[in-house]
Amino acid sequence: MRGNFKSTSTLVARTKGLMGGALALALGATAAFAAGEAAHIDRQSWSFAGVNGRFDRAQLQRGFQVYKEVCATCHGLKRINFRNLAEPGGPEFSAEGVKGLAESYRVEDGPNDQGKMFQRAGRPSDPIPSPYKNEQEARAVQNGAYPPDLSLITKARSAGENASVFATIGSMLRDIPSGYQEGGADYVYALLTGYANPPADMKLAQGMNYNQAFPGHQIAMVPPLQPGQIKYEDGSQGTVEQYAKDVTAFLAWAGDPKLEERKRMGVLVILYLLITAVLVYFAKRRLWAKVH
Amino acid sequence: MTQHESTYRPTTRAGQWLDERLPAARLMHSSFVDYPTPRNLNYLWTFGGILSFCLGVQIVTGIVLAMHYVPSDKMAFDSIEHIRRNVNFGWLIRNVHAVGASMFFIAVYIHIARGLYYGSYKAPREVLWILGVIIYLLMMAAGFMGYTLPWGQMSFWGVTVITNLFSAIPFVGQSIVKWLWGGYAVSGVTLNRFFSLHYLLPFVIAGVVVLHIWALHVVGQNNPTGIEIKTRADTVPMTPYATMKDFVGLSVFILFFSWFVFFAPDYLGHADNYIEANPLSTPPHIVPEWYYLPFYAILRAIPSKLGGVVAMFSAILILAFVPWLDTSRVKSTKYRPVYRYFFWFFIFSVLALGYLGGKPPEGAYVYWARFFTAYYFLHFLVVMPIVGVLETPRPMPRSISEAVLGGAGGTPHGATAAPERR
Ligand code: HEC
Ligand code: HEM
Repeated sequence: MRGNFKSTSTLVARTKGLMGGALALALGATAAFAAGEAAHIDRQSWSFAGVNGRFDRAQLQRGFQVYKEVCATCHGLKRINFRNLAEPGGPEFSAEGVKGLAESYRVEDGPNDQGKMFQRAGRPSDPIPSPYKNEQEARAVQNGAYPPDLSLITKARSAGENASVFATIGSMLRDIPSGYQEGGADYVYALLTGYANPPADMKLAQGMNYNQAFPGHQIAMVPPLQPGQIKYEDGSQGTVEQYAKDVTAFLAWAGDPKLEERKRMGVLVILYLLITAVLVYFAKRRLWAKVH
Repeated sequence: MTQHESTYRPTTRAGQWLDERLPAARLMHSSFVDYPTPRNLNYLWTFGGILSFCLGVQIVTGIVLAMHYVPSDKMAFDSIEHIRRNVNFGWLIRNVHAVGASMFFIAVYIHIARGLYYGSYKAPREVLWILGVIIYLLMMAAGFMGYTLPWGQMSFWGVTVITNLFSAIPFVGQSIVKWLWGGYAVSGVTLNRFFSLHYLLPFVIAGVVVLHIWALHVVGQNNPTGIEIKTRADTVPMTPYATMKDFVGLSVFILFFSWFVFFAPDYLGHADNYIEANPLSTPPHIVPEWYYLPFYAILRAIPSKLGGVVAMFSAILILAFVPWLDTSRVKSTKYRPVYRYFFWFFIFSVLALGYLGGKPPEGAYVYWARFFTAYYFLHFLVVMPIVGVLETPRPMPRSISEAVLGGAGGTPHGATAAPERR
């Protein structure tokens, strides 16, 4: 998924490529694709991590500002509707503010009575418009690279090559009881703060940038964040780390807007079940005392 | 022993009237209330009930999901996101179903391991056991097809890799693959048929579970001693005793289940499945769901494609022959001083294969996968038949009640001696 597949191939080429790819893969050829050793990703402390995790409203609002002022030039956020920005558990902007924000966009609608598409002001129920109409247009503008939609980015990435394969008993014992689900956020933060000068012996391909977190270390995205680039209204620091943290938290919310509802309900459910289990256990003991 | 006296006494006139015409309530009563269960069952015997619970949960959540899910290559991924974001409690239902599949497999693995340890597959439970193996196979198929439905990258490439295995079959392989796909590649057509089958299979499973429980109630439950029930003193009525214990096991299981649903819903899945399927870009590392990993490791351990496929399917099918491969006189591994070491090494091998199945097939991983694959088969084909013959079992209690209550358990006069003293 991270490859830069540049050709817009015809259907025939697609089918052939797919068959070939599929057959090559059929038996253990997967190793060939495991290119680029995974970088080590540091764990960050997130307000939304853990059993009682909650988003920090001010952080989500700042994060949205970063997204809107920087990332939105290249990346869409199509699964978020403007109205979501005012809903509980998210940045919780005022409904008025969100309405105004939506109206500042022009969106295409239609067809109208004449069968024509037309432009109108955005409404809170509209999805946030993406910068490009489709992948092809994005690639055309971005030199063949594709800036993915960010609605699910923190869910679609993980820290480490294959976190779903719970490598060791140690890591399972650490991550299951703590409910570690922030690998994607850790990765995005590491990516945004991971630009550096390439090692002397590395030759970057044309238009590529060196990044410590990106698999293979060559990424087409230019370093998006610079110190002091965005003016925060709440007086938070204008550092790259701060921007990265805020926008990542915002994207984590965008990927999992029901996180707070889930954790709030989870605590109640677990407490309820704990009490039930204890009661059932003692009832069982009393019952069996008669036969043992 | 299952021809026990029914204690069902309808208390209402309507109940009596129905009982004389369709004794359905009596059937339920004698199957789940006055049914005699061995008094020494431990908590491993609660997993049958837990599995029934899991099946129910998958069916109920699955039906609700299907009301919102759209089985088309263009819409599937979006419809899942719609469920997660916009449907009331959609996130909850989806998490329960996705985590539920893993929980179902955790439970079935414990259930199978229990059967292997206590020799529950031995006569007269062979049919019961084989029905279990059929359920397990059906579960694998249902899980596999279910994982395709979100139409993420892992869904797509997982299906591509696994369906391609059939192309290893000589002569007809390619045609079978095309037939499975409904075309020349995995596509929306494939997705659509998989959805249809995914909806169907749980009901087939439910049907086989009914047979499974029927067979169980004909031969009766095994128990940790592996000694058959001899008198009523060996048993307690299923309700309230066994059911109450089942509720304890189930409560703890639901607690564990809920932890994942609420606090680690994606832990058991793969991040790549949050990327929409793209036939043009192959993920760097294709792995199946965790519960297939041991078999995936076996598949890749064999250096020939056809051989790998054969080994993989044999690894599952061999379970069906266990009742005849095990030559031991006693059932329970508790009384088998030699076999127990082999048993635990077998469990270790399966776990190791699971670990190796998630690693790229390179270097040392391949050698270890071969080693454990070899043991997997040796265990069934060599250890089970030979150790069973050579080993002298430990002394066993005369009866279940003696095992539970000590000497006072009163072996009834003339009861047959425990098998190792025969
Ligand atoms: C100038 C355009 C541009 C801007 C602005 C931009 N990006 Fe990107 N981004 C890209 C491109 C192009 C890629 C694809 C890189 C590749 O595949 O090599 C990308 C990829 C990414 C990825 C995916 C990396 C991966 O693992 O595949 C993330 C995450 C990301 N950008 C986050 C952001 C965030 C957050 C911002 C705002 C702070 C941002 N980007 C701003 C162009 C941009
Ligand atoms: C959908 C999956 C399954 C369900 C719902 C299910 C259900 C049950 C139930 C309710 C029992 C009785 C309670 C108990 O003894 O634990 C049972 C017993 C049993 N099951 Fe399953 N089962 C399933 C799968 C399997 C599989 C895959 C196997 C083995 C390959 C298996 C083998 C057995 C055996 C041998 C018994 C008798 C156990 C004994 O008394 O020792 N079952 N099952």
